[in-house]
Amino acid sequence: MFAWLKKPASETQITHGQRLWLYVLAVIIMVLLVTPTLIVIPMSFSDSQYLEFPPRVWSLRWYEHYLSSPEWMLATWTSLKTAFLTMLVATPAGVLAAYGLHASQVRFVRAAFLFLITPMMVPLVLVAIGVFYVYAQIGILYTLFGLVLAHSILALPLVVIVIGSALKSYDMSQENAARSLGAPRWKAFVTITLPQIRFAVVTAALLSFLTSFDEVVVAMFVSGGDNPTLTRNMFNALRDQIDPTIAAISTIMICVTTFLMVLAQIFGQQRAAKD
Amino acid sequence: MRSQDSDALPISIRGVTKTYGAVHALDDVSLEVKSGEFITLLGPSGSGKTTLLMVIAGFTRPDCGSLKFGEREVIRTPPHLRDLGMTFQSYALFPHMSVAGNVAYPLKLRKLQKAEIAERVEKALETVQLGGYGDRRITQLSGGQKQRVALARSIVFEPRILLMDEPLSALDKKLRDQMQIELRHLHEKLGMTTVYVTHDQREALTMSDRIAVVNKGRIMQLASPRELYERPANRFVADFIGDSTFLPVERSGEQVSYGGMPLKFVQAPPDTPTLALMVRPERIVLSSEGPREGANNFAATAVEVVYQGDSYLLHARLDDGTLIALRGGVRGASLSALPNVGDKVTLTLAPEDTVLIDGSEA
Amino acid sequence: MQATPANASGLRVDEKLERMKLFGLSSPALLLVLVILVIPVGWLFYVSFLGGNGQFSLENYQRMVERSSYMRIFRTTFEVSLVTTGLCILIGYPLAYFLSQIPPRIANLCMITVLLPFWTSLLVRTYAWLVLLQKQGLINEWAMALGLWDEPIKMVHNMTGTLIGMVHIMLPFLILPVYGSMKAVDRDYVKAAANLGASPRRAFWDVFFPLTMPGLFAGTLMVFILCLGFFVTPAVLGGGKVIMVSMKIVSNIELFVSWGAASALGVVLLALTFAILWVASRFLKLDQIAGGGH
Repeated sequence: MFAWLKKPASETQITHGQRLWLYVLAVIIMVLLVTPTLIVIPMSFSDSQYLEFPPRVWSLRWYEHYLSSPEWMLATWTSLKTAFLTMLVATPAGVLAAYGLHASQVRFVRAAFLFLITPMMVPLVLVAIGVFYVYAQIGILYTLFGLVLAHSILALPLVVIVIGSALKSYDMSQENAARSLGAPRWKAFVTITLPQIRFAVVTAALLSFLTSFDEVVVAMFVSGGDNPTLTRNMFNALRDQIDPTIAAISTIMICVTTFLMVLAQIFGQQRAAKD
Repeated sequence: MRSQDSDALPISIRGVTKTYGAVHALDDVSLEVKSGEFITLLGPSGSGKTTLLMVIAGFTRPDCGSLKFGEREVIRTPPHLRDLGMTFQSYALFPHMSVAGNVAYPLKLRKLQKAEIAERVEKALETVQLGGYGDRRITQLSGGQKQRVALARSIVFEPRILLMDEPLSALDKKLRDQMQIELRHLHEKLGMTTVYVTHDQREALTMSDRIAVVNKGRIMQLASPRELYERPANRFVADFIGDSTFLPVERSGEQVSYGGMPLKFVQAPPDTPTLALMVRPERIVLSSEGPREGANNFAATAVEVVYQGDSYLLHARLDDGTLIALRGGVRGASLSALPNVGDKVTLTLAPEDTVLIDGSEA
Repeated sequence: MQATPANASGLRVDEKLERMKLFGLSSPALLLVLVILVIPVGWLFYVSFLGGNGQFSLENYQRMVERSSYMRIFRTTFEVSLVTTGLCILIGYPLAYFLSQIPPRIANLCMITVLLPFWTSLLVRTYAWLVLLQKQGLINEWAMALGLWDEPIKMVHNMTGTLIGMVHIMLPFLILPVYGSMKAVDRDYVKAAANLGASPRRAFWDVFFPLTMPGLFAGTLMVFILCLGFFVTPAVLGGGKVIMVSMKIVSNIELFVSWGAASALGVVLLALTFAILWVASRFLKLDQIAGGGH
């Protein structure tokens, strides 16, 4: 241990000992980053009305409460549907856009790209109230359709960026090769380009799903009625009092996120292995 | 033209112009490639040689011009209907397919029977000496093998025209030399009309039936390798192919003189406003016995002598200040007879080697 | 040479058609953003210039300048954003540096601690802090058990809670780009500096730090912009004591149904955001040129 402290930690001959402060600081920061999220998990299994850690009596009552509540079930179902449909809208639209912008040499490609990523820069509240008003006018407020469209523009920038950067590192002469061998352009894209950026497409799809699933502010305004999202109901519940049911739902959401992340990671590793 | 294959197609390019903004990538280019010919587009980077190849392939659409494969006008035909084989600088192999998958791709597009595809793939791989490699992954191949697969893929559907974009530039020198010979043999065997792009003059000289030297979007000269080297049309071509020093000369009537000394030459000089004398280092000779009768003699001072193993290089300054290079063989006594720096030397140029070219800078 | 065939116009049409076809692939996405983002926001812009009587008026903007409550909201927004961004830099930069210096295998493992919160729902994380920081919460409980303080301290529903929550949520946005730019620094630069006689400290500040500026700048910008328009975390953890612009917009709609006031605030927020991005885009370019000069 002490020998390790005297070993050089970098090419500039700083020893691990001299860097100890950095290691300690980093560990503290990393602990602070993850624990607040993870501590919710054991707390959700507490029997107490006041979230305890560690729980004195373990129980599944908050999960039971969640699963037996028609409101929470409806909200969960809406969130899942919305996220799934958002993924189905944003991914193809974003992939096509990224490819179109990458392949066409029109002068305003850069402007179009910036335009497509503006939803990322406009404050969410503004999107929410603007969409709220317009939806109310045309009568699609509180519909799945409207919510999916609104979430799709929030997911689009991520898809365009992820696919765009994948295309940048992709050798377009492969597509030319396919065309010279007799494939029309669309076929060259489908048989040659698409299979090679498939990991980016999967990543983009997962990101779209998560973007919609986690979104609060827009959902607060344009979801509701028959179609409230999970996040909308959670937010409203948070403003009132600390309901332990939220801990159970949070745990489930963390699991969903972690699952999707692991999925993306596996795809990422396959990509690394292929390269 | 070495092989007369009835399947090969001539290519006729007429008046092709391509501009990017104010830049002429191709400036009214016309070129006739004979059926079965191996022609090389040679030029520095940015000369327009690749643009011309891309026009033939259909990936670059020119502003105007005509392009015919045989009798068929194809300038507005999309690339996938041009039916030509092409290899790319980066090979452009499909990494998500096996070697056989790559080679089978054009056949599948043409909806051939499975059995026939398998047979033709194997045959094509054998042609490029990769028989039995079909199951390999692309990432498992060496650079030379990748090049062969790309070649097999571009010939497997028996196109009548083959385009090659700097196919050997990513290989090391030894492999490149070997592949040059192989490509040449393959061309003789298959006989398809081939357009080859390179910036390597030696590669062009080794492989081509004819070479088109391209610069600034124009074809500077179209000629056989030998003619190109011996009788370059202008200073650009002379400079680009081989080393040379240019000496200013004056013309008065039939006579051409350098520094007041009338030159003896065999080949008549071109009919251009200015002339220059092109001196290749391996053609000018160091004379140990002073000026020689019947040759052009130049008095000079040795500036530097470099021993290079198989030869030596002498830099000498002519009386008018021009630095001239001379390459000589190192054999027996010549090694000990090399001049020292500062020695007065006489350089001689035989009338057959006295080449007068267009002196303008273009 | 033969005369040029008269096909120039045909070729030009082909070229235009092909380009437009390719560009057309992005039209569904462009249309989506146009209809769902530009039109609604454009409408807000329009409404912000309507007075109470439905006529063109600047009263919504006048009110913002005249009423001190609005000025206070803007000041709070900027204060919260600046402090959050500053804390993120102070905490995030050392962590990114740590991650960039340790062996990649361990770094990837440690990276999970950054990525996990990044992908976890923001609402879940805000909720977690609410639970931890409340009076009967874990932190108060443990601190009192350890004897750090005797009475429960109020750490949530105020500025403290808001800042803690926001820093936690924004940190990954800073760490990821900074880490990226640190990994991109060629280690030979630092070696060269050491070889030229720089102490490790000098080598860090003279060579390494300037080279990571683009990442730090991008991360800082990202965090600051996100903070300006942030809603959920201050709304939950601020407990009504920390009012930021986006919260005022929401309450204008939800409580007062005052579209004019909400829109005007929104327009100002949007203008501020774009102004910062615009200014930053100039500096980012300058910065990259400076970075390339090293």
